[in-house]
Amino acid sequence: MDGFIHQILSGIATGGIYASVALALVMIYQATHHINFAQGEMATFSTYIALTLIQAGLSYWVAFVLTFIISFVLGVLVERIFMRPMARAPELSSVGVFVGLLLIFSSISGWIFGYTIKTFPTPFDTGKPMLGGFLSGHELGSTVVTLAVLLSVYMFFRFTRLGLAMRAAAYNPVSSRLVGVRVSWMLALGWGLAAGIGAIAGCMVAPIVFLDPNMMAGILLYAFAGALLGGITNPLGAVLGGFAVGVIENIGGAYIVGTELKLTMALVIIVAVLVIKPSGLLGRTVQSRV
Amino acid sequence: MSVTTGPTGQTNLNSLKIVGIALFLALCVAAAFWFSDYHLFQLTLVVVYAIAILGLSIVTGFNGQISLGHGAFYAIGAYTTAILMDRYEVPYWATLPASALVCAIFGFLIGLPALRLGGLYLALTTFALAVAVPQLLKHKLIEDYTGGVQGIVILKPDPPFGLKISPDQWIYLFTLGVACVLFLLAWNLVRGRIGRAMMAIRDQSLAAEAMGINIAMLKTRTFAVSAMYTGIAGSLGAIVVQFVAPDSFSLFVSVYFFVGLVVGGVASLPGAIFGAIFIEFVPNVADQLSKAAPGAVYGILLILMMFAAPGGVVGVIRLLWRRATGAKRAATTLTDGRVGSTPARVGAISADGDFAGATVGPKQKVAGPLH
Repeated sequence: MDGFIHQILSGIATGGIYASVALALVMIYQATHHINFAQGEMATFSTYIALTLIQAGLSYWVAFVLTFIISFVLGVLVERIFMRPMARAPELSSVGVFVGLLLIFSSISGWIFGYTIKTFPTPFDTGKPMLGGFLSGHELGSTVVTLAVLLSVYMFFRFTRLGLAMRAAAYNPVSSRLVGVRVSWMLALGWGLAAGIGAIAGCMVAPIVFLDPNMMAGILLYAFAGALLGGITNPLGAVLGGFAVGVIENIGGAYIVGTELKLTMALVIIVAVLVIKPSGLLGRTVQSRV
Repeated sequence: MSVTTGPTGQTNLNSLKIVGIALFLALCVAAAFWFSDYHLFQLTLVVVYAIAILGLSIVTGFNGQISLGHGAFYAIGAYTTAILMDRYEVPYWATLPASALVCAIFGFLIGLPALRLGGLYLALTTFALAVAVPQLLKHKLIEDYTGGVQGIVILKPDPPFGLKISPDQWIYLFTLGVACVLFLLAWNLVRGRIGRAMMAIRDQSLAAEAMGINIAMLKTRTFAVSAMYTGIAGSLGAIVVQFVAPDSFSLFVSVYFFVGLVVGGVASLPGAIFGAIFIEFVPNVADQLSKAAPGAVYGILLILMMFAAPGGVVGVIRLLWRRATGAKRAATTLTDGRVGSTPARVGAISADGDFAGATVGPKQKVAGPLH
């Protein structure tokens, strides 16, 4: 039983990371109906930046905040330069640009930082197990960080003027423009925020899975699964889906299929959602008028 | 619109094109006797990739359904051939129909849930498939067959009928023959009734549905055919390379096929050949710069293509060809032997016309006073 509780808790810890990436995906999907296939590689690149800053002698949390800011700017730039001209382009063009970004970020990471697997520091006390031995210090710390991130994103969208404007821009661009919301800048901010959240997720997961240029490929897959499971049209659903996938992954890995098929489990979740309930648990069913 | 540059032009064969294709084929066959074994090996891989990209083109180019996971079918085809040859001693040529069938079934099963829904669900599912495949191939339940992380080594087939050519030459010619058959079949598919239905779904799915096309079923069947093509390419690839291992089938195989597709030209059969040449030779050149360079070059080029030339190499060639021929037509109608059809003049006429055919009219009016 203790083992089971341990699996659930550490599932929640990794689930928080999936939930953050899923949220980043859904934010962009809601506003533009694009799925950012380069999200993982962008986050990996940000994590390398964090590692560089830490190795340059900055304290962990200063580097953490700086990384968030740099990633935010990077996200805004990517939107301005690459995605904005693609706003009215066919689906294939935007997917092509995402795949191009994936290749570019992955090779820049490899080029600058090398392909050897690196360890990434954790700011949390890893010595003693927490919560009666159910979680490692890092797992507990990263859960707290991801929950804080998710909560502040919620507060931002719920209680600030800017958050409201961003929601409006995603929900109804035409009307928002009429009332004076600068829709295209709202999209850019959304991209910045998504990139920043991705960077935090990268920093939180890197101590567990170690840092290499393909670190986030698997994480992105779980985030996809989480977003679909919760409903890709619903941010809250995506977050809950991310946590659910974390728990399912851990329990499945421990008791059912073994650790070697964890990625396949994400694929199975994706296919199962598409077969049984394509709109996800909390998503709304998209109907098209004929 | 990258996808709507439909292949209506290429579906009609005129005598010029037939001569061109015959000449090209003769060159391809002759290449078997020109090149050294290593270059022939590269050329064989070009043919293999061309088949794989052709498969992707059928579903993404002609049917408009984006797949980011065709590397998975390439892997399944390769493993089917390797396992059949290694464990059951099936002759190499007999493994092709088997892997075609296996991949078509896999394609159908993967496509069915994703293609029922529109939008990016197929891209997402196939992306997930491509990420998961190496791990699946390593799994211990099938290790007896797949050889786990080690993979499988297979033997190079000898030329049959006592032909006096090297095994490399034979496998090149064999691959080329398979490619010809597959290209011919694909050409037949896309210019026929089903091909028109495929393109109707791509361009106007609502109208296509109203015309009585069962959209989900046709999309899934197209995906199955496309998976079959790429699977056959995987089989040939395994025979050519004589080795399969899980880590050679990462996500990047799928991504490279996608890059090849876009660079060559999405909805174009010859585009697959250009794309294959690109993904085979660009890494060779860029590798000398850095291990990361091929990826960067691919990425930058992919984005540039999306912005500047969404029709790919074939799109650019078609545009240039139309300008050249259109300009010639304009020049003859304009000059009538008097104004002198100097190259400079022809250039001036075609320079600002996107599609020379459409600009002939106004240009004639402008040139009127010259007569």
